[in-house]
Amino acid sequence: MKQDVGIVSYGAYVPRYRITPAEIGRVWGTDGAAMGASLGVRRKSVPAPDEDTITISTEALRTALIRGAIDPQEIGALYIGSESHPYAVKPSATVVAQAVGATPNLTAADFEFACKAGTAAIQTCLGLVGAEMIRYGVAIGSDTSQGAPGDALEYSASAGGAAFVIGREHVLARVRHTLSYTTDTPDFWRREGQRYPSHGGRFTGEPAYFRHVTECTRRIMDRAGTTAASYAHVVFHQPNGKFPQRVGKQLGFSEAQMRYGLVTPSIGNTYSGAALIGLANVLDVAKPGDLVLMVGYGSGAGSDAFDFQVTDELATYDRSFGTPVQEFLEGGVEIPYSVYAKFRGKIHMGGEA
Amino acid sequence: MRDVAILGVGQTRFGELWDRSFREIGIEAGLQALVDAKLSSQDLGALYLGNMASGSLIDQEHIAPMILDYAGLAGHHLGGIRIEGGGASGALALHEGWLAVASGAHDFVVVGGAEKLTDVPDAEANRVVTGTADHEWEGVFGATLPALWAMVARRHMHDYGTTREQLAQVAVNAHENGSRNPNAHYRNKISLEAVLGASPVAEPLGMLDCAPFSDGAAALVLGPLERARKFTDTPIRLAASQVACDTMALHHRRDLTTLDSTVVAAKRAFDQARRTPADVRVAEIHDGYTISALVALEDLGFVDKGAAGPAFVSGAFGPGGKVTVNTSGGLKSQGRPFGAVGVAQVVEIVRQLRGEAGDRQVAGASLGLAHDVGGTGATSVVHLMERVN
Amino acid sequence: MSIARFWRETPRRYNLGGCRCPTCQTVYFPPRSVCPVCVNHRRSIGRMEPFQLSGEGEVVTFTLVHEAAEGFEMQVPYVMAIVRAKEGPQLTAAVVDIDPADVKIGLKVRATFRKLREEGRAGVIHYGYKFAPMDATHHPPDRPAGGTRLPATTATTTTVGSEARA
Repeated sequence: MKQDVGIVSYGAYVPRYRITPAEIGRVWGTDGAAMGASLGVRRKSVPAPDEDTITISTEALRTALIRGAIDPQEIGALYIGSESHPYAVKPSATVVAQAVGATPNLTAADFEFACKAGTAAIQTCLGLVGAEMIRYGVAIGSDTSQGAPGDALEYSASAGGAAFVIGREHVLARVRHTLSYTTDTPDFWRREGQRYPSHGGRFTGEPAYFRHVTECTRRIMDRAGTTAASYAHVVFHQPNGKFPQRVGKQLGFSEAQMRYGLVTPSIGNTYSGAALIGLANVLDVAKPGDLVLMVGYGSGAGSDAFDFQVTDELATYDRSFGTPVQEFLEGGVEIPYSVYAKFRGKIHMGGEA
Repeated sequence: MRDVAILGVGQTRFGELWDRSFREIGIEAGLQALVDAKLSSQDLGALYLGNMASGSLIDQEHIAPMILDYAGLAGHHLGGIRIEGGGASGALALHEGWLAVASGAHDFVVVGGAEKLTDVPDAEANRVVTGTADHEWEGVFGATLPALWAMVARRHMHDYGTTREQLAQVAVNAHENGSRNPNAHYRNKISLEAVLGASPVAEPLGMLDCAPFSDGAAALVLGPLERARKFTDTPIRLAASQVACDTMALHHRRDLTTLDSTVVAAKRAFDQARRTPADVRVAEIHDGYTISALVALEDLGFVDKGAAGPAFVSGAFGPGGKVTVNTSGGLKSQGRPFGAVGVAQVVEIVRQLRGEAGDRQVAGASLGLAHDVGGTGATSVVHLMERVN
Repeated sequence: MSIARFWRETPRRYNLGGCRCPTCQTVYFPPRSVCPVCVNHRRSIGRMEPFQLSGEGEVVTFTLVHEAAEGFEMQVPYVMAIVRAKEGPQLTAAVVDIDPADVKIGLKVRATFRKLREEGRAGVIHYGYKFAPMDATHHPPDRPAGGTRLPATTATTTTVGSEARA
């Protein structure tokens, strides 16, 4: 990047409720605990019946705006990446913009690129802010993803999101480089009108997640002139607890480097929120001067990579407002499958078509 | 202003009147009142009809001429006016009828109240009655009418130590009284345990803390007191008629456990009649929810603020108490056809003052009070009636 | 409910935009076009100023609703409360993210943004405020006034009759 552009504030939000793989397996007569262990997921978050991508995005962004003392009227662009926008047609971004007081002098849109729509939103904001077209851009990755009942996805698909304010002043984490790696690879999709997504089973692995994340990571390190050892923290997209650990290991990253960026084992796969909540957790603990690598992945397929350098501003950034990501990872209230089914609209009420 | 007398009363049975239509029950009550007053329909000047929500409940607006028409009075071309004030609609209609006769604008008028709640599913009726509270700032956020009254109850319990058992006793007494009323929706007696164990509606209120949805109609004939003896041997003077309003939303009230509208309407009514609460022997009060009755007893001046629960349990408002309340069974047992309630309360008081209340009769009653509430107290209406000797 | 009826209230429902009387400084929510305190001398008519509530408040009474309002069937049992905002006005709203047994009069709460109801499966979704328990991390930082600047556009213009301006 030609000038100092990067994250000037951030906030994360994860709904209060949790369910364990063992509890899900109990309903389907399978060994859920073993399933959870093989996925590397201990618990997943569950949204309350009155939560969706819009409410999660609003909570995350309100936290970011208060922490950064940012005037919402200075937001010039607001993008929400999600695969669970409540409306098929009608933007989530306008509701969130209105709810934080950013309307009407801004551009807003919803992004969709499976799990990397949020990182795509960050790149777009970097361009607008870097070109000095706007003062602040907001990029949000947020989802209330659903797996079909009984499907392997049901053990991991969860809800949460994070919001990042991109700007040029008081930058907490400067973006030194960003690049993407994109091909047409149909490993996971949801057709118009379908309630639950479909996937290619094991095809989601090697030709999809691993190839794109690996290639994208290698290319950004080439461009930055770095090696795995250069980074204090690394965050990968994390559809489960296992894929990011395996790809990280293959690329030469240690457990310590991956520790804070990996949140899926505690809250499940928040899809568009996953890598971004991981990044928020890293920023909760990072030190000035740290290099941070984030590589997102979205099915269909593509990866967006970011090389950040944490600035001195982070040392004085006021995080006293808003829940630290660690509390989301450790907290929450566990619910049984019956309550989960009610909360997720899997129970059909009388009078419904 | 001249003195106004109640010359005749009429009332249908209250309850789930599956086989009867809105217009049938409205006409039955009106004709009963005319017959009771020994008045010819040709003497009538106007009909004041209290009704909360006919448009939502039976898809029929413009109901005053409809009732006049099917009562055979279309050819008389008298004026018919519908009056709406939520659950206080019937009492408001009486207030308008009183004004018309007292002012001399009309000599004889019919005041009616009618509601048909069972032609829609319960959920729809719930939605409609919740509309008597502030829809935009209460209903939209998930509050129901019982939920709002439950919040009054919770705060009353918090501020004054009112107990769940004291609330339940209100329902027990209502059914005890209603068991002697042939017009009552529910004539079964209920135990304290049954009220306490009923399924919760909005805690702390359970199903038996809430008055039912009923169909029903009631009517009165009013005329100038100086001509009353021509029509009846027992004219009842309408000694006071007062309406007071307050904020639509409960959350905007000065005090969450006081209905200032009731306090003010009662004070004005006692001033108008030059009487005090101590003069009242029989009263029909708003008990849409058990808490409503306790709050009403305080706000009407029958007991100090916060003291209604223990006073009620001690029997102060039962048979032989200082004021006997809701001998009809109240909204809880006689039934709650919203727009008819305020008129039916007056029908019961008139019967008590005439000495025609049978085994519900309160001995020596010469002054009676009727108290009707719309929503959570945005409207309160207080009437005082006295026997003329 | 018609779309317009909900939409016109979004500044209030999304952002707790109220108003303040310039004469007596009383804060109102939702906004009023005339101050009930100063109503007798009519000075407030046409002069009420937009005022944003912070979203912090305290439960003054509550109930656990079992028989739901229309559109809330999937949420039973749910807690409804009257909340007194820090700035003075009281409002009715649901309280979420709490075990109903933990709700008490005096509970400190903060506004949160939630779905209120949906117009069926195909209709518009209505959003607005509910309240959640205030925890240690949700006290806004102690900053100089204007540090957390409030959105000017959420201010509402109160409409008054032309005769009121005369």
